[in-house]
Amino acid sequence: MTNVRKLAGRGGLYALLGAFAFFGAFPFYWMVIATFKTDHDLFSPLNNPFLFNEPPTLDHLKNLLFETHFHTYLTNTLWVGLAVVVITLVVAVPAAYSLARWARGWGEMLGIGIFLTYLVPPTILFIPLSRFTSSLGLQESLWSLILVYPTFTIPFCTWLLMGFFKTIPKDIEEQAMIDGLSRFGAMWKVVLPLSISGVLTVVVFAFTLSMHEFIYALTFISVSMKKTVSIGVPTELVRGDVFQWGSLMAGALIASLPVAVVYTFFLDRFVAGFTMGAVK
Amino acid sequence: MSGPPVSIPPVEGARGGLQDRESALAKLMIAPAVLFIVAMIGVPFVMAVLYSLSDATTGDPSIRIVGLRNFKAALEDPVFRLALWNTVFFTLASQCIVVLLSRLLATALLKNFRGKWLVRFLIMLPWTAPISLGTIGWLWMFDSIFSPIDWVLRYVGLLGAPGALLGAGTNLYYLGVPGLAISSIILVDVWRILPLATVIQLAGLSSIPRDLLEAAEVDGAPPWRRTLMITIPLTLPITSIAFLFGVVFTFTDLVVVYVLTRGGPIHATQVLSSWTFFKGIEGGDLAQGAAISLFMFPVLAAVAILILRTARRTEVV
Repeated sequence: MTNVRKLAGRGGLYALLGAFAFFGAFPFYWMVIATFKTDHDLFSPLNNPFLFNEPPTLDHLKNLLFETHFHTYLTNTLWVGLAVVVITLVVAVPAAYSLARWARGWGEMLGIGIFLTYLVPPTILFIPLSRFTSSLGLQESLWSLILVYPTFTIPFCTWLLMGFFKTIPKDIEEQAMIDGLSRFGAMWKVVLPLSISGVLTVVVFAFTLSMHEFIYALTFISVSMKKTVSIGVPTELVRGDVFQWGSLMAGALIASLPVAVVYTFFLDRFVAGFTMGAVK
Repeated sequence: MSGPPVSIPPVEGARGGLQDRESALAKLMIAPAVLFIVAMIGVPFVMAVLYSLSDATTGDPSIRIVGLRNFKAALEDPVFRLALWNTVFFTLASQCIVVLLSRLLATALLKNFRGKWLVRFLIMLPWTAPISLGTIGWLWMFDSIFSPIDWVLRYVGLLGAPGALLGAGTNLYYLGVPGLAISSIILVDVWRILPLATVIQLAGLSSIPRDLLEAAEVDGAPPWRRTLMITIPLTLPITSIAFLFGVVFTFTDLVVVYVLTRGGPIHATQVLSSWTFFKGIEGGDLAQGAAISLFMFPVLAAVAILILRTARRTEVV
């Protein structure tokens, strides 16, 4: 009796998870199908859309890689992402360390204040920031994105790193200072190597958040050659009113999957930042 | 929103020397972050307020204060009122669904089963992949002619035959009919936030002390009672946090509406962020755009306060 119940429970569990996995991943499965389907197969309303009714093709991929600016969008995204990662690290690591080590009452408040700025959305800031970047002569330039993206990476990453530094016992640094390292040396040579996983998390997030960003890129950049993937694919792979669905889906898929894989590994830490210690 | 002013209370004992240098170093290290945030978030926020009180356009961006005219104009505009209502409605509808589904999903993910990493990866995809690209997949699924949903409906005979339940036409036009377009946007909003809410809920569920549940079981409490008396009260704060972050992200999101409908058909899915973009950037009316975007602020401020309160309350417990 209990065995039957257990088995039914197991079956229910798998059915439930299967349904959710289907819901989450189906649009991406849909991209895979469209990427490799011939146009003729894709645009025949009577064909079963879930299967390959004609042999798969690489035409859409070739078109995407050789006939569009897709590779330029990828390179642009990469450069912007790397620059934002560097700026974020340079600003957020010292700030987080300072908050974690020396802050008492005001530091706690300041830390929370910094985190809350993450909640000020781009949809309020993009109008003034578009005026600001163009007054610096950065319109249609990737530099405008590199300058603006840290507005969301710095608050979040400072908060995240602060949590990491707090988990490293103070004694370790004090011991290092007794052994002759300076205050700064203790931080640089002892604490930072110990928090390498925290730093890595920040690198992943700064990059992912930059890659996901849409509103600023849409507002600041309209020249095709300067676009990042998140706006290039939805706005440029459409010729007039004609959607090249195959190539469009291929572009969305290729740009999504690698970052999704990496992000999944770090998701729990990201969430630890959100829950702000509400979970022990 | 630049955080409270920095002031250091007298350090106990004030041992001078090293202590002074440490507090100087502390300030020096935090300074770049604070300066950047003030310059790139604080100042632009003030500028948004100034723009909203001015008559600036992209043609003439100089700020001349004209008072509350833009807010009044926005409130008198039927499209704005629709966008305001839509923003609230889309957010509440999608986030209520998300809270229920994410709790269900988190409970399932708490169990051990084979292939967990793959299931987790697939479930998290909507959050981990760039949102604009994921939404493109939905755009193709909602296609007016080649939608696979329509194909399935036709296949099972609900659509496209004379007398079929959903009509004799071959397609439903998900993004072309107001009611369906609204449902489609809400569906994609749910799809997008569900993974985030699930992981937050999962963190809450796994923090419940096991012995508490076991003790209740030994005492003969049935499962529904354990859920009602232990799990739900203990995870209420974290569920609220999941809900509130979902609200922030959905309330301010532009991508889903922009990619799927551009606010159409005839403004039926217009939201504050898309209307800000179309008025302020594409229409060039910076002042009007800034005023529209600021209508989001009271809600965001309220949500931020609630998040802080919730987080603080749990830390005391």
